[in-house]
Amino acid sequence: MKLRQLSLFLENRPGALRLPCQVLGAAGIDILTMSLADTQQFGILRLVVKDADRASKVLEEAGCVVKATDVLAVEVPDRAGGLADMLGTFEGTGLSIEYIYPLVAGHRGKTAVLILRVEDPDRAAGLLAGRKVRVLTREEAFEAVGA
Amino acid sequence: MAPPAESRVWDPAELLPRDRLAGLQLDRLRETLVRAAGTPFHASAFARAGMAPADVRSLDDLRRIPVTTKDDLRAHYPLGMLAVPRAEIARIHGSSGTTGKPTFVAYSRADMQVWSGLCARFLVAGGLRPDHLVHVAFGYGLFTGGFGLHQGIERVGAGIVPVAGGNTPRQVTLLSDLRPDVLVCTPSYALHIAEVARAVGFDPRDLGLTSGHFGGEPWTEEMRLEIERELGIQAFNNYGLSEVIGPGVSGECGARAGMHVAEDHFIVECLHPATLLPVPDGTVGELVFTSLTKEAMPVVRYRTRDLASLDRSPCPCGRTGARMSRVVGRSDDMFIVRGVNVFPSQIEEALLRVEGAAPHYVIEIARPGTLDEAVVRVEIRPRDFSDEMRQMVALRDRIDHEIHSITGIRMTIELVAPNALGRSEGKARRVIDHRKGGGSGG
Repeated sequence: MKLRQLSLFLENRPGALRLPCQVLGAAGIDILTMSLADTQQFGILRLVVKDADRASKVLEEAGCVVKATDVLAVEVPDRAGGLADMLGTFEGTGLSIEYIYPLVAGHRGKTAVLILRVEDPDRAAGLLAGRKVRVLTREEAFEAVGA
Repeated sequence: MAPPAESRVWDPAELLPRDRLAGLQLDRLRETLVRAAGTPFHASAFARAGMAPADVRSLDDLRRIPVTTKDDLRAHYPLGMLAVPRAEIARIHGSSGTTGKPTFVAYSRADMQVWSGLCARFLVAGGLRPDHLVHVAFGYGLFTGGFGLHQGIERVGAGIVPVAGGNTPRQVTLLSDLRPDVLVCTPSYALHIAEVARAVGFDPRDLGLTSGHFGGEPWTEEMRLEIERELGIQAFNNYGLSEVIGPGVSGECGARAGMHVAEDHFIVECLHPATLLPVPDGTVGELVFTSLTKEAMPVVRYRTRDLASLDRSPCPCGRTGARMSRVVGRSDDMFIVRGVNVFPSQIEEALLRVEGAAPHYVIEIARPGTLDEAVVRVEIRPRDFSDEMRQMVALRDRIDHEIHSITGIRMTIELVAPNALGRSEGKARRVIDHRKGGGSGG
């Protein structure tokens, strides 16, 4: 149920974002989705790729600081209130969401797939299943973006 | 650990009441200034101050005389500071020149007597007795450590194994075969000897050493504990620099709560490195020495660049000489941000307090407008990197907080990737000052 996400530490200087992208490009690794968080002084780049182990290796060899974390690919209906309904799953559970970013929209016609980073992905997946929210497997997630 | 060293005093002058010490200092200062005024450098220093040696009527008058710096000594390379005829030189030593051109120092016969006696002082204060055997692993040569300690040990009447530096496995063999009681070397070399002893199959505690006298480089209290634990000895600190006389300027007694300065031979001042005004006892400042008995090369208000504090309170051992703390840094490294003195060691201390920060950093200071701005770039450790922004921001905030609480000023903290700052083999360049004219004031 879980996807491996890679997070990279980026210094706030020109070229800091391009380097890891070039490294992955040279290794023939396609970035399926990404999100960039930034502060004035540094940033964190989060990536989903198909071969996380190999990506992690080539990035580290290029001098990047890489951390792998488990995230969930969650399907939500692509309609008004769809996201709010999904988030309702966690209300009162004490489980906090660190961040969300999209994987793909227009999936299977009327759904979007979001990458969800929570403290306890296994517990979150269980809660979502209980609400009949679909959590994609790795293969399904990759298929959703045509990878 | 070895039993506490027996407290004996080498020279009764070490016990002089402070008022009598001051009287002796003034007499000797006046003689020294007359002697120094015979050199072109000191003559011009007096001229600049608009005074003559005879105008010095109290110890406070010393402060009217300009300070002497390492650059002054370099400008008079090789022997421009000599105050005696060349024929009276008994010995020449020199500084290593690690931070530039080497400088030479000369000793007369009487200087040699004074110097060996000063080394005997701290050795005896640290428990050396005539029946001891001492292993000297200091380099013998232009460096003052080897010969200085050697002569001091001879004065005490103890036996010497003059091994000199290098070939550590052989040092271990000699220690194990000859069973000396006392070790003399740099503190870092003492630890290296212990390490090599272990590597070749000895427990360094079984070498039979009971004490050690260490100097020649700054070291910490943690290092002392480590040396004592590793070698099973009592470790004593001593201080000196060739420009002043070499080892013997100060050394620890059995109380090991600061190094007694031989104030009957040197006047010590502790000054603010930027203003050159005296700092109160207990406050860190730059040590400045004036020799009182040296013939061949007297020094007047020599700026050591060594940062330490002074303690003139009575010592339980009975010696009256002011006690100096360990050298905690170099004034060359100090920088001033918005009027506040900051030392790289403070930044290091702050980073050590924060888990997740590597002790690799660079401080960049600029003055974009009217105010100084300091940016501390700190490397993070890979294992402490988190994909959660709040964790990273919290790490940065903790560094910010610690630096602020230690230095009293706010600096901008930038987290950078591991190894982003590069490493140098020698002295790491920690401070980059973009301000015109810099801010070190020294």
